[in-house]
Amino acid sequence: MPDMISVTIKLFAQYREGKFKIDKRFYAKDSTISDVLEDIGLDLGKFPIGVLMVNGRHVEEDFVLQDEQMLAIFPKVGGG
Amino acid sequence: MADKVYRVNMSNLSYKIEEVPANWMGLGGRGLTSTVIAEEVDPECHPLGPNNKMVFAPGLLSGTTAANSGRNSLGTKSPLTGGIKESNVGGTMAGIMAKLGVKALIIEGIPEDDSTFYHLHVTKDKVLIEAVPELVGKDNFFVLDAMEEKYNKKVAVMTIGRPGEMKMLISNISVRDPKGKLRSHGRGGVGAVMGSKKIKCITVDAENYKEVTYADSVKFKEASKVFTKALQENPISGEGLPAFGTNVLVNIINEAGGLPSHNFRTGNSENAEAICGETMAENIKERGGSTTHGCHAGCVIQCSQTYNDEEGNYLTSGFEYEMIWAFGANFGISNLDQIAKIDALMDDLGVDAIETGVTFGVAADTDLIDFGDGAEAYRILKEEVANGTPIGRIIGGAAGNLGKLYGLVRVPVVKNQSIPAYEPRAIKGQGITYVTTPMGADHTAGYAVATNILNSGGHIDPLQKEGQVALSRNLQIASAAVDSTGMCIFVAFPALDDPKCLPALIDMINARFGINLSADDVTNLGVNILKTEHEFNLKAGLTSADDRIPEFMKYETLPPTNAIWDFTNEEIDEFWNF
Ligand code: SF4
Repeated sequence: MPDMISVTIKLFAQYREGKFKIDKRFYAKDSTISDVLEDIGLDLGKFPIGVLMVNGRHVEEDFVLQDEQMLAIFPKVGGG
Repeated sequence: MADKVYRVNMSNLSYKIEEVPANWMGLGGRGLTSTVIAEEVDPECHPLGPNNKMVFAPGLLSGTTAANSGRNSLGTKSPLTGGIKESNVGGTMAGIMAKLGVKALIIEGIPEDDSTFYHLHVTKDKVLIEAVPELVGKDNFFVLDAMEEKYNKKVAVMTIGRPGEMKMLISNISVRDPKGKLRSHGRGGVGAVMGSKKIKCITVDAENYKEVTYADSVKFKEASKVFTKALQENPISGEGLPAFGTNVLVNIINEAGGLPSHNFRTGNSENAEAICGETMAENIKERGGSTTHGCHAGCVIQCSQTYNDEEGNYLTSGFEYEMIWAFGANFGISNLDQIAKIDALMDDLGVDAIETGVTFGVAADTDLIDFGDGAEAYRILKEEVANGTPIGRIIGGAAGNLGKLYGLVRVPVVKNQSIPAYEPRAIKGQGITYVTTPMGADHTAGYAVATNILNSGGHIDPLQKEGQVALSRNLQIASAAVDSTGMCIFVAFPALDDPKCLPALIDMINARFGINLSADDVTNLGVNILKTEHEFNLKAGLTSADDRIPEFMKYETLPPTNAIWDFTNEEIDEFWNF
């Protein structure tokens, strides 16, 4: 699959409900995080995106994913 | 009747009920405790000697119907840091003190006869001071039971366990919550100060108070509604905290490489999934228990919980991120139930989750204990610490002293106080708070994690230095002001992101007292508190050389981000230019 990339996706907090904790998925080259979000089908109306990280660094939804990256998706969470 | 200052002198076991001086009138919570300590305590005094004082003060809004307003502040000179301390807590004490008209309870002196401990009972018109030999050598839940039996189930109670009696630096003052569980005045070894004054417990009469009055109750109600709505509609305070508690942080801090693990060797932990808030919530669902519990009446966030074992038997409550991080990631216990058991024991003994957990992390670098050995940590607490054996004293002396005794370099403390659950190298704004706050390493003093990691109040890259000093300063000023209102720290999340939240908070204060504070006045209050505290520390002998991170963090990189602490002294000291 030369034009595909593999992305490891990790979900947290409410996003795990009925979904998964961790999953490896394949996407077309140049896919953004928005494309991934659409693919997973999270309930963003109820739980808006809080933080997105790729390989541990904060990114935005328009971030273009590369092969073998690790995407972590968090709803708004806090504590202290 | 106007509020009064209740002053107890333990040297001759007497008390006075005084008018509130004019310059204390508009103050509450931290603003009041730090003002009193600065005015009345010699900064050079020995924290455990006769010249130190303890000041308890409810927040400006405590006792009102305002949501989340039940925090009580304690001010003193800390035996751990040698500087000023303010420590605030939920529980029922703040509301009851405020309704009784206790603006502040000031305790000074030390009894000449130190052969026993005393119980103080505060009522509207007197303070009873009574020797309680039958409570000496007992721990917190025993004291709670005894007080409930003596008075009633509503009585407000503060108590110390055996470690507090023995003046250990890991000891807290524990406070009864509405369900008869405990919350703590944590950090700084404040339990030792109460122990030095030979006070075993303090109760406040909950039967004869009057509801607080409002200068403008209609306006108060309106503002209170807006405020409550802001708390409930915010996704963090309204959804995340009730569902997962503060422990939801394990995964996100781990993902960012900022979860101190193996005594601050790495920024992520192999135990994260086993100990995280999601796992905890699943366990609670399966085993019964409850994810929502308020540490005081009127909390609409309810971040606390009750946690059961596999058989459905109660293990602990108020099972917080800091505790789970300290024992799970930093000391390496991978079993959440074992951490819960230690948590319950520590509640009973009245020892600080962060200080004790970090001390075990440092101890794991010696031959005292191995990383992850939860059974041995439990045993040491139960047998050695509780009984004050030499090993117990070594652990009870906290991380900084343990490091010195064993000649260790990797000792994660600032001003001798243990660094909490966010790695300063990888979350640099939080690191600036640790080094600059007058409290010693304290995460609540200016929670830069919000903006560095959680995208609350915008985003500032946690690994870059730019903007962190200003961020930490603004947060510390705001926190000092909020700590004066009696509000819990989690009000910060809606306050950072919802423009209606802070004005509503100020409107409530104005309507309660019939005054006209502006947002600027509130900022000034925060500024004044910080400066007062800083000045006290300078007079106590602390200098800018104490506003520094442990040196190993300057030359050791932290996996997985490989960050180091790279602020210059000048960059840090810039903090105080305001
Ligand atoms: S949100 Fe948590 S800490 Fe704050 S008042 Fe409620 S239970 Fe206590």
